[in-house]
Amino acid sequence: MSSSSIVEAPPKGGFSFDLCKRNEMLSGKGVKHPNYRKTGTTIVGLIFQDGVILGADTRATSGPIVCDKNCEKIHFMAPNIYCCGAGTAADTESVTDMVSSQLQLHRYHTGRESRVITALTLLKKHLFNYQGHISAALVLGGVDCTGPHLHTIYPHGSTDTLPFATMGSGSLAAMAVFESKYKEGLNKEEGIKLVTEAICSGIFNDLGSGSNVDVCVITKVGKLLPDIFQFLGRSFSLYQFNFVLNGYGTGGKRIHEKPLKTQSTHIRQCEGIHLPQEDRLVSLSLLKQISI
Amino acid sequence: MSIFEYNGSALVAMVGKNCFAIASDRRLGVQLQTIATDFQRIHKIHDRLFIGLSGLATDAQTLYQRLMFRHKLYQLREERDMKPETFASLVSALLYEKRFGPYFCQPVIAGLSDDDKPFICTTDSIGAKELAKDFVVAGTAGDSLYGACEAMFKPDMEPEELFETLSQALLASVDRDCLSGWGGHIYIVTPTEVKECTLKGRMD
Repeated sequence: MSSSSIVEAPPKGGFSFDLCKRNEMLSGKGVKHPNYRKTGTTIVGLIFQDGVILGADTRATSGPIVCDKNCEKIHFMAPNIYCCGAGTAADTESVTDMVSSQLQLHRYHTGRESRVITALTLLKKHLFNYQGHISAALVLGGVDCTGPHLHTIYPHGSTDTLPFATMGSGSLAAMAVFESKYKEGLNKEEGIKLVTEAICSGIFNDLGSGSNVDVCVITKVGKLLPDIFQFLGRSFSLYQFNFVLNGYGTGGKRIHEKPLKTQSTHIRQCEGIHLPQEDRLVSLSLLKQISI
Repeated sequence: MSIFEYNGSALVAMVGKNCFAIASDRRLGVQLQTIATDFQRIHKIHDRLFIGLSGLATDAQTLYQRLMFRHKLYQLREERDMKPETFASLVSALLYEKRFGPYFCQPVIAGLSDDDKPFICTTDSIGAKELAKDFVVAGTAGDSLYGACEAMFKPDMEPEELFETLSQALLASVDRDCLSGWGGHIYIVTPTEVKECTLKGRMD
């Protein structure tokens, strides 16, 4: 620390590189870097006739260990724009939070609803600036005055504009589903079903993705303010862990749980182990029967 | 050798009915040599908020001092204590600030928020928050703690039962880890009182 900062004032923002020298010295001595939490992940987005649907799994890993069985990967950017994040969890959270604040300030400044392209430009600028060291791969989707938009953003700052997109370690599994089943002009039910199928494909075939499916639908309704998304709650995969299933997860007021279909399968009864009670299962969508 | 295995630690926090408990082991070592058996890993920020810091002990101490400093400034400015959610964001921001040269420290934050609802959270070493509704673990004994807590946890436990469960989970897990142990330190916090207990475990 420089001699002028004997008392540490609250920092002005941005990264601080004080400890880099010490950490490099340690890695020179053979000390391994810690494992950051990654969101191994399958994230998808698609454009349907009325707007955009985003989907994500909910597993966060730290090396080979699942450290969070129910994390939230769909981040709020603006009331009409949401962003799914894959890669290092700290990076995706900070980058989306930061751009979300910038968008809010921009809304105050201009008095207008945010556009998806604005969020895209802010994100790609930031990521390119750090040359890929901020490891955040994003699927950005939203509906603004110019219509529905879906973009992917890579950690080095390149972007794509697509009708359907997947990112993360499970992206190939999910893309296989999209490539075979996607068509233009899907309606909402078909869109949600396709997104759920794609995420489930990632969950079952990719080891870095798992647990539940989060789905977010963004549409525009009428000429007034766009309809705020519907966060359709979680559809649980058939691997019933010893979850505490009473509205588990984010606890945020954004979740509106709408039961799709409820069915429970008792796998086995064990002495002394707490099993979720049937009546507390919130919403289930069974796509595949698996026998254990 | 990973930097987290230099000093060794085990930390766990668990949620009960309108209460929470946070526990740690007591060993401080330098790789395989033990140099202290009464090391304090859990610190009180205020009566309803505790933070445990696992990982490299020097970074844990530095981070704790910075956090206390920021909290005291906050108290002077706002004339009240920080809410656990706010504190968790502060910890996350302080850690992410050092994204490319991080503190080798994994904090576990536990507190009672408004309406006496328990709040627990852990972050990785660069500040990615993980909010959980049941338990959070950190440290070299982390993998064993995941297993033990997963098996022993029940929702809505009363403070006495929570204490039993948490101490059993902690002692079982540190017995499977060479780098942590030598007993345990538990804080059980309810809206009306804070109970601090020391556990006697295997001293090896």
